Amino acid sequence: MENLANIQVIQNIVYIVSSVMFILGIKMLGKEATAVKGNYLSALAMFFAVGITCLSLEIDLKIILAGVLLGGLIGSLIAIKVKMTAIPEMVALFNGFGGLATFLIAWSQFNEPSNSMLQHVLIMLTIYIGGITFSGSLIAYGKLSEKLRLGKGSMITNIFISFFYLSMPALIYVIAEPSISQFIPQVPSYFSIFLVLTLAAGIGFVMPIGGGDMPVVISLLNSLSGIAAAFAGLLLLNNVLIVAGSLVGASGLILTIIMAKAMNRTITNILFVGYASSSQSTTSEEQGEVKPITSDDAYLILENASSVLVVPGYGMAVAQAQHVVREMGELLEENGTEVKYGIHPVAGRMPGHMNVLLAEANVSYDLLAEPDDVNPSMDTIDVAIVIGANDVVNPSATEEEGSPIYGMPIIEVHNAKTVFVLKRSMSSGFAGVQNPLFFRENTRMLFGDAKESIGQIVAEFKD
Amino acid sequence: MEIYILLGFVLLLSIFLGLELIAKVPSTLHTPLMSGANAISGIALVGALMLSSAGQMQDILAFGAILFASINVFGGYLVTNRMLSMFKKK
Repeated sequence: MENLANIQVIQNIVYIVSSVMFILGIKMLGKEATAVKGNYLSALAMFFAVGITCLSLEIDLKIILAGVLLGGLIGSLIAIKVKMTAIPEMVALFNGFGGLATFLIAWSQFNEPSNSMLQHVLIMLTIYIGGITFSGSLIAYGKLSEKLRLGKGSMITNIFISFFYLSMPALIYVIAEPSISQFIPQVPSYFSIFLVLTLAAGIGFVMPIGGGDMPVVISLLNSLSGIAAAFAGLLLLNNVLIVAGSLVGASGLILTIIMAKAMNRTITNILFVGYASSSQSTTSEEQGEVKPITSDDAYLILENASSVLVVPGYGMAVAQAQHVVREMGELLEENGTEVKYGIHPVAGRMPGHMNVLLAEANVSYDLLAEPDDVNPSMDTIDVAIVIGANDVVNPSATEEEGSPIYGMPIIEVHNAKTVFVLKRSMSSGFAGVQNPLFFRENTRMLFGDAKESIGQIVAEFKD
Repeated sequence: MEIYILLGFVLLLSIFLGLELIAKVPSTLHTPLMSGANAISGIALVGALMLSSAGQMQDILAFGAILFASINVFGGYLVTNRMLSMFKKK
């Protein structure tokens, strides 16, 4: 017996050490110079925490080995094989698996005899948050990888949304169930119903959200998986789970808030209202004409430009154009042009999406600038090249008060001397708002696949 | 009950610490940070290892929890590392 107590003391000491390492690891991840080390440190902390837990195991070792080896193999394979453009959906998928693990942990605890009232509450909360994280992340994965095309307004979406609202009273019921069942007869399989309802609720939670709101959802789901882990820690009385889980929960929350701010919207508005219900603005019917341009003409203008600002968006990711964009940037620099990249915080489908893609293409991050850095000097820019971005450069956000995106901070490319917009067609962006930028006097539209169009410009430069 | 108050205290302090830690991170690092945090949420693996096995159902649940938490841990750290290696200065 004394031996067992000793093991627990050792375990708790190691847990404290790894908690400190997690904290330092996250801190280091937040600085460019130390980020790589920070990730190693946090991985080492994970190794210690897992290793020391193995000193006292109740589960069959075969099950553990099989689970860890198989899971490690699957996880590593996905992580090594995944293309950099598919990172958002991968993060969503891994996140969902973490949520599923906490969901299963709480389920297993429910099957244990003699849970106290408080434990019962914690079990239900962990199942709820873990389950929503899991199924919600799967839906986010489906949407980001474009395997799932259901959106707001479809019949199926509406059914799942009602499950989401139904799940809240159900949660209250299952939490109170032990005390209710003394007075009224128990619903026989209430627990299994709750499990299924929770998963359906996660689907209903994420299904109606889409497109440009995805960065917010991804970071929110990330936060939820941490909170679920922290609750599981309370349930199992394990301090490292609590510390690591709350760190993740808090960091995810901060990112969510940063993303929401970058869109000038509240989190509740993004989650439960969406763009569609904003007042329809049709004030600017008189749009005028767009002025198309060919790659040849674009090349001639670029050749004489002394400063160029590239503004990438989700379209660049879809077209996988980041490498040709970098090539064009280098050729421009050789030609004596000053090149910068204007990165909007919510461009793309996850926080920092454009930064990752440009880093993959070897664009030095000294060249990347945020909206506040580039907007004041925009009128000195000769050419702003918008590649597959739409809402983040829509001047309505600053000029047209009735617009659904009014107030959202944008990159004000319309103040540049010339604007090239690379676009596949004239369809409006995710917000469904027409973009007056396309009809401006100083705007030229370069229609077609971004990768091809830029490829042609690059070829002209090389000639 | 005392232990819950103590652990609740740890929970609250960790949340505040987390909020302070992340408040000022350059947007370049948003994705690696999120992905790194995501790997840390694989700490659920520790919880999964603490489960007890009594009967087939519990074994299946434990196996599932260990499997999925492991995917989260290994995948999360590797993807983060891959991403960060691209950010290296030339």
